[in-house]
Amino acid sequence: MPRVTHVTSEGMPVIRAVSLVLAHAPSLVRLGSKPLRVLREIDRPIEFLRPHLRDWDAACTYAPNQVFIGNVDVDELAARPTPWHRHPIAGAPRFGPDGEIMPEDELFGLLAACDPFDLLALDRDLADRARAALDAHPIVGADSSRPAVRAGMTAQALAERVDKHGALPILGVDGRLLGAMLPGHDEDDTLTGQVLLENLACKATAALALRHLLARPGAIAASDVRYVMNCGEEAVGDRYQRGGGNVAKAVAEWAGCERATGSDVKAFCCGPMHALMLAGALVRSGLQDDVVVVAGGSLAKLGMKFQGHVKHAMPIVEDVLAGFAVHVSRDEGASPALRLDAIGKHEVASGSAPLAVMKALYSEPLGRVGLTLLDVDRFSLELHNPEATEPAGSGNVPLNNYRTLAGLAVVEKLIPREGIDDFVRRRGMPGFSPTQGHIASAIPYLGHARRGLTEGRLTRTMFAGKGSLFLGRMTQLPDGLSLVLERNPSKGAR
Amino acid sequence: MDLRGKKVIALGERDGVPGPAVAECASRAGADVVLTLTACYV
Repeated sequence: MPRVTHVTSEGMPVIRAVSLVLAHAPSLVRLGSKPLRVLREIDRPIEFLRPHLRDWDAACTYAPNQVFIGNVDVDELAARPTPWHRHPIAGAPRFGPDGEIMPEDELFGLLAACDPFDLLALDRDLADRARAALDAHPIVGADSSRPAVRAGMTAQALAERVDKHGALPILGVDGRLLGAMLPGHDEDDTLTGQVLLENLACKATAALALRHLLARPGAIAASDVRYVMNCGEEAVGDRYQRGGGNVAKAVAEWAGCERATGSDVKAFCCGPMHALMLAGALVRSGLQDDVVVVAGGSLAKLGMKFQGHVKHAMPIVEDVLAGFAVHVSRDEGASPALRLDAIGKHEVASGSAPLAVMKALYSEPLGRVGLTLLDVDRFSLELHNPEATEPAGSGNVPLNNYRTLAGLAVVEKLIPREGIDDFVRRRGMPGFSPTQGHIASAIPYLGHARRGLTEGRLTRTMFAGKGSLFLGRMTQLPDGLSLVLERNPSKGAR
Repeated sequence: MDLRGKKVIALGERDGVPGPAVAECASRAGADVVLTLTACYV
């Protein structure tokens, strides 16, 4: 008989560190896919959007964003008055235990500093402001060995780039020309100014998250990072290879990880779950001691539900780009373990019936290691902020998913039917993520979970991401993958 | 509703009932499913 080696939670890879960042980008909302398409016929789209675009203070004091960077607990958010956009947290800080909410001027500086081909030109005043602010940044400041923010251009020179060289104009909320993004090639639809700005935004926010991760006390040294895995949404490439990839390596380069290589993992919004699993497997196999998983934000998804926000006379809350970085390493005896023996997968034959999908992602992997749904303290599923989706008629996505999960617990006779609300309240959480696709899919709770599993009262959490593969028209299938994070076995269960 | 002999467009939602699940039900009820689509609202 073949020898079967059972994997236990002992010796599992661990989640050593997590960073989660937001960058406020109200001027870029107009360049989101939906606003671009819907407002195409309008003369001055920025004027149409302006009454609904928030300033940085409003974005920073917005409770869901504060949860995202780790300053506010998910239960605290659930107890706060709604709508959240009308009940800001006065004086809420820019920085939190997991990351920061970067103002737009600095984001433009970051974009320019991340652009190795000088395709993004900024207005002279903006470039000066951005340089001064970014140079003073505690993590990506002037002394962080990053490329400098170049001098800007006159309005006339920028206009010339737009008029004569096909650059994408970037207008500020006040309607002034803030910058212009040149195409990378005259005859390549995958290298237009719009596409390259989306790619650059993805790279820059991933790089910011990685720098945050590396700046933590006791963090891995940049020079010790040997493998970076990117799971951002942008398919960087050229006309001969549209999703050519390796944003991971571009991010590693920018963050000073000189001995690293890397690759990109694509699976629509499920990409991060696959990347974390693969990172864990690389560590478990012994091929790598440390792997860093990164992802940047989706410019295309800014303002995705803006019509609903305009209709309801509320601010467009999809005005931030998100990014994250996760350090997966060998067990150091303290960090939460990533249980590679309890991975839930939506397989080709899993079908698309909701209950079958739920079983494949939750009860089957838990059952494999002798656990049930009731052994999980918190489930992190789709965490899209309902304040972004409900005004557009897209419903409360997290709540719907939690209720379906609770329905599975009823079917499996773990809870009575009348226990659904309690299950959802105790083991779920309100959605607090910007609608940034892959990042909203379970990832934003990682920082909270890591704290809860090391210093807090959590014993076990489960993360499940979903991907809409059918949107690419190559299959009717969805995708899904779940992961269990557990208090480190050497710390004992609470 | 009697779906026998009817042509059906199956529209589903990822976080609700996906298109293929709708199509399977309609097909078993005797419908001719001519198009299956799933929407993702996030």
